[in-house]
Amino acid sequence: MIQNFKRKIASFKISMHVGSFLAVRDIKNSNKWTTILIVFVMTLTFLNLVVVSGILVGLIEGSSVANKKYYAGDIIISPYPNEGYIRESQDIIKKVEKLPGFKGYTARYGTGGRITSNYRETLNPNQVTNTTASFIVGINPDRENSLTTISDKLIEGSFITSSDVDSVVLGSDLLFKYSPIDSPSQQTLKNVGIGSKILIEMNGNKKEFIIKGILKTKVNDVDLRVFMNETIFRKLSGRSDLNVYEIVAIFNPGTDISITKSFLIDQGVDQRAVIKTFEEAEPKFLQDIKDTFGMLGNIIGSIGLVVASITIFIVIFVNAITRRRYIGILKGIGISVTAIQISYIIQALFYAFLGVFFGSILVFFILKPFLLANPINFPFSDGILVATIGGTLTRSLILFMATIFAGYIPSLIVVRQNTLDAILGR
Amino acid sequence: MIKISNLSKKFKNGDSDIIALHDVSITISTGDFVSVTGRSGSGKSTLLYQLGLLDHPSSGQIIIDDVDVNKLSSNERTVFRLEKLGYVFQDYAILPTLSALENVMLPILMQGKTRTYAIEKAKNSLIKVGLSDRMNNMPSQLSGGQQQRVSIARAIAHDPKILFADEPTANLDSETSEQIIKTFLNLNSEGQTIVMVTHELEFALRTKRIITLADGEIIKDVINQ
Repeated sequence: MIQNFKRKIASFKISMHVGSFLAVRDIKNSNKWTTILIVFVMTLTFLNLVVVSGILVGLIEGSSVANKKYYAGDIIISPYPNEGYIRESQDIIKKVEKLPGFKGYTARYGTGGRITSNYRETLNPNQVTNTTASFIVGINPDRENSLTTISDKLIEGSFITSSDVDSVVLGSDLLFKYSPIDSPSQQTLKNVGIGSKILIEMNGNKKEFIIKGILKTKVNDVDLRVFMNETIFRKLSGRSDLNVYEIVAIFNPGTDISITKSFLIDQGVDQRAVIKTFEEAEPKFLQDIKDTFGMLGNIIGSIGLVVASITIFIVIFVNAITRRRYIGILKGIGISVTAIQISYIIQALFYAFLGVFFGSILVFFILKPFLLANPINFPFSDGILVATIGGTLTRSLILFMATIFAGYIPSLIVVRQNTLDAILGR
Repeated sequence: MIKISNLSKKFKNGDSDIIALHDVSITISTGDFVSVTGRSGSGKSTLLYQLGLLDHPSSGQIIIDDVDVNKLSSNERTVFRLEKLGYVFQDYAILPTLSALENVMLPILMQGKTRTYAIEKAKNSLIKVGLSDRMNNMPSQLSGGQQQRVSIARAIAHDPKILFADEPTANLDSETSEQIIKTFLNLNSEGQTIVMVTHELEFALRTKRIITLADGEIIKDVINQ
């Protein structure tokens, strides 16, 4: 039995040798344009496998990245429900500044308020006013901007400075112009733009402001806000304390954010406020969509894999069926069926390898850097291409396995035909 | 070396059977050079296909080198062909993607021999058939006669016990045909057993034995002096 096994191994080795010998010659002497076309199809198939699902995941990843960059940082500390601000905020800020890997922070005052735009034209108190509820945020513009680079996302006007006392920046979702929704639950301001005067009311106090800038980050928590100078905010809200609504901190690359969060918990910060990492701060719908798109990506990837397998099957089958006589001669001169099948599998793997190679170059050296620099402008996120080395390797391996299968089946069908019929073309 | 007993081959043609070979019995000895002749449709190529293990007979027995080849499985027949038989096809059957040398190397590699050995052996075979200057040419760069000689070199390169040739001169001009026949005669003089199907009497007369078929039956079996 062992001897039989050894004989089979030796026979397989010979078949491998002869199969690769035949495959190399077949590839070398094949029509160059046909080879280019097959490799092109394989490259597209690979891109279908990696890029389509990568864009789907990247669509949400863009949202995640924006949420982290323009809103939550690495860690965001906010008050418990029913509390209007973080108690002993300044003490917490000091603790945050001492955390390992600390890079910077911004603190935001905040409270609910109302904005009205046509208050000057409405003398009749029963007339419908152009108004909406909003979350008013008081910031140190320089600190906020250096941390979140939020001013990069201005679509109109300019950002407020520390000396602006009568100007505000509005999130685009507050304006009908950018978010044409007018439902009882969410109203938007109409006919309002840069330079328009608006009345902001919070904690029973009112003040007139001029809109200096409009920003669109595609992060809901930002685009529904009004930003003003923190000194004005405190004055308007009647606050004399320094307790803020949000503390956002970022850390140097490589810092383990979950460990950083646990440091804050160890110091009792969680007794006074809610501490969230950027992932925890993502809205639940975003995480749900992330999971959904991940599943969609896998489904589309699976379809791509089936398409890839069928493509390889057709290529090899056409190649084998048009060379029935060639295969018949090989069998006629004593070449084993295994060697012939191996030669076709190697050819299929060669096409798949080139497809993966060129596809990977396109993905990692062209598409990914390009989309990172020029994200796709989706309505709710700036889509990037998510393609990890690990994920791509896994997909490549699956593609290679499908290739072996898709290369084996057609060669099996053709090799099984009667040798003499194949040689004589009957 | 070859013992054929009551060999028959029938083909289905609609509801009727066509008898290509009927009750053929022959014995061929080592070192023989047998030519099988007959008119078109007499069954000579069919006989060679059975002997070359390219086809299965309907009935009868073929024993080659003490092996009842009808009892071999498909894979065993392939291995048997590789180890014991060489086959020269009428239309050369050269693999178009391989050079002359590579065509000849292939069966040797399949025997598990090293690449160096296969190259050496293939070169010797090509020299033997007079193709020392065309070894690296692709089939498309060779004439019909040269391709047929590559086919012969490939058939003899792995030292087969029996060489079968199916009308090897059918597609060649008379001068090239003469060269091919001389090649076969040289091989036979070195001890190679050859069974050759031919419809050209002048070539058949130069072999050691002539078997003539008609309607699938042996009508004459003559030893040439």
